[in-house]
Amino acid sequence: MSPGDLASALPMLRIRGVTKSFPGVVANDSVDLDIRRGEVHTLLGENGAGKSTLAAMLAGLYRPDSGTMVLDGKPVNFANPREAQSRGIGMVHQHFRLVERFTVAENIALGDTSQPWKLDTRALESDVQRIGEEFGLPVRPDARISDLSVGERQRVEIVKTLYRGAEVLLLDEPTAVLTPQEVDALFVTVRAMRESGKAVVFISHKLVEVMAISDVVTVLRAGKVTGTVQTRDTNQAELARLMVGREVELSSLRAMGVRGSALLSVSCVGLVASKRHVLRDISFDVHGGEIVGIAGVSGNGQRELAETIAGIRAPSTGSISVASQSVGGKGPRKTRAAGLSFVPEDRLGTGLAPSMSIAENLLLTRPRSLFISKRKVQAEAAQIIADYDVKAPGPDAVTSLLSGGNSQKVLLARELAASGDGATSNHVLVVASPTRGLDIGATESIRKRLDDLRQRGGAVLLISEDLEEVLALSDRVLVIYDGAMVYECDGASADRTTIGLAMAGAIATENSGHV
Amino acid sequence: MIGSFASFLATSGINTNVWVVGLASAVSFAMPILFAAVGEILCERSGIVNLGVEGMLLCGVVAAFLAYDASDSAALSMVCGLLAAGALALVHAFLCITLRSNQTVSGLALVIFGAGVSNFVGEPVEGKQIEAAFTDLRIPGLHDLPVVGPVLFHQNVLVYVSVLVVISVAFYINRTRPGLALRAVGESPATADAQGISVSKVRYAHVVIGGMFAGLGGAYIVLVDGPAWNQENTTGGIGWIALALVVFASWRPGRVMFGAIAFGFALRANFTLQGAQITWFPAEVLRMMPYVLTVVMLIAVSITDVGNKLGAPAALGRPFVRDER
Repeated sequence: MSPGDLASALPMLRIRGVTKSFPGVVANDSVDLDIRRGEVHTLLGENGAGKSTLAAMLAGLYRPDSGTMVLDGKPVNFANPREAQSRGIGMVHQHFRLVERFTVAENIALGDTSQPWKLDTRALESDVQRIGEEFGLPVRPDARISDLSVGERQRVEIVKTLYRGAEVLLLDEPTAVLTPQEVDALFVTVRAMRESGKAVVFISHKLVEVMAISDVVTVLRAGKVTGTVQTRDTNQAELARLMVGREVELSSLRAMGVRGSALLSVSCVGLVASKRHVLRDISFDVHGGEIVGIAGVSGNGQRELAETIAGIRAPSTGSISVASQSVGGKGPRKTRAAGLSFVPEDRLGTGLAPSMSIAENLLLTRPRSLFISKRKVQAEAAQIIADYDVKAPGPDAVTSLLSGGNSQKVLLARELAASGDGATSNHVLVVASPTRGLDIGATESIRKRLDDLRQRGGAVLLISEDLEEVLALSDRVLVIYDGAMVYECDGASADRTTIGLAMAGAIATENSGHV
Repeated sequence: MIGSFASFLATSGINTNVWVVGLASAVSFAMPILFAAVGEILCERSGIVNLGVEGMLLCGVVAAFLAYDASDSAALSMVCGLLAAGALALVHAFLCITLRSNQTVSGLALVIFGAGVSNFVGEPVEGKQIEAAFTDLRIPGLHDLPVVGPVLFHQNVLVYVSVLVVISVAFYINRTRPGLALRAVGESPATADAQGISVSKVRYAHVVIGGMFAGLGGAYIVLVDGPAWNQENTTGGIGWIALALVVFASWRPGRVMFGAIAFGFALRANFTLQGAQITWFPAEVLRMMPYVLTVVMLIAVSITDVGNKLGAPAALGRPFVRDER
């Protein structure tokens, strides 16, 4: 079929005026959407724009408050995901729903009422194999999930929905957890599904991918559709404008000042946790006036590295120094005293105490004294709320009630202020995934703060699974794989493909020198 | 239990090898442990720990005892044992699944409650002796075989039933659709929930059925051994041993069978060693072993890492709460 035929085909799924509210927010506000067979349809929007809610309603997880959904000419109102599945709508969630100790085939059979009472493993495995081959999804049906990589697990999820006879596949941010090579493989599969006449609904906020894979893009903002466009008639700038509602420039930020002396030195650090080598012989320096980014697929030792540098874990081998003071293994308090601040990945939990107020959270990193001046800390909290444009009722607002972006602002403000008189020139900041889950506005503001610190001569170590972010901010990029630094390059001239290969472990350690 | 052993000795004749007799008696002695452990496997595979096995056994014993004493019907006695223990398990299920309370605390409460109730209800028949209902059957042609004859083919009917039970439960867990759902609920309830499986239904069903198995173990003590009702001493702590056995057997019914017989043999060691006229080895050491192993196993499994290595269901002991947006 040519694209022209596809566009003229009648919609398979027709959504009119669908509205869904949760306490305090209207997640979807009279949304219209047409999904056609043989079409890759992207739902584009920032976090919280309502794209996942819309998909969840299609998949039967929620019921719309009002509006109609018509599938193949018949109105539908799914009570649960199983009903949606039986009508041919399958969803692959961002967080996989797989039992680790089961085999691939067992996971696919789980909850499938069409399976016989006595399971026929052999027939099941050959079906799974066949579907996998048909759509370019190589899976071993008898492999245990715990032995599979993230990319392979995603394939299992896709095969599962196909096995259940899905004609409409909803893929919720499928590329978030994949390496660039795995993304390419996924796109091959998506195209194969399109060729076979299935409809693919692709949920994403990454413009490059959206342009590469979709035929039609529906953009959502604050629960409303701001536009439905054919991919061939649009460009990234237009999509970004529809998504954010104004012209945005998330441009790259680079060091402009002079590179100072090494403020953070990590040398030959190794870490063994539960008898596993989590970190292997890691060495690098972060100088004043630069941002060093560490890229890598989640779970390759990033969290452990951050915690070791922050003093929460003691390195098994090697040493760490902050502003020429040796701190490795001396605990978080001494490390902080030496001038290092830490914004952990887990912002509500490790970073902030969720049930305490903004003001109380500021006290956590203060030098301990017997009495607390409530008035002083309240004034400080009020100052931060004003400076960082935190949307909070006041200094006494409980942090767990703040949105992700606002709590991250509070955390970053606290960490930047931790050295006493604001960011001093020998300030070292370690940040992990600082903008994960934040909307574009908050992302912009957080990135600007990191850049500010750099321009003032601070040293920033940015650990992030978001490669775009690492590339946008870093003066130097390091790639971590299986606990070792496998690649290093300059931030401005970084080559995405090479970094992708390094993230996937395709570049051996000997190709890279230590910093 | 001593009764069955004595009758066994009498029928076996003096020339029979005492070790064979010891083993045969171990098989019979192991049955209540086996039934209770199989029940606990079903329960724990769904992700719920029920430490109240001892309490459920006691309720099973006293209900079966009273029913048999009153009616002389073995079938009625068995049904009463099953229902009494099942009812206690239902309380545990309600506390742990619906109210999401701490499973360890609830299980321990069950033991105390079971002991108290059985003592109270059993008071009128305290010390009363009843006749065993099930006597040993000889399987024609097979019971004459050396060693295996007396051990395997000269037992009461429930021993043969137990073999069927173990095979059926293993098949159910590993080879059927509901068994798959059971395992998924114990490993990853959120995944099972997302596939449209009702986590609470599966858990309720298996906690209660698991409790009924303990009740069957209780009925066995009454109907095979024909004991006197003697408060808590009637069960002698085998409920705890069953719990440890589940861990020992990595939550697999087949392995539990062999483990139960091994424990049964150790618990009967004083009679066997006496019969074999071995005096240099203290039988108490052997008898002590199951209890020592029980303590070790229960400590080991409470350490999460160790539990995982031993094959504990990943969600064991954790209440399931669906995260709402």
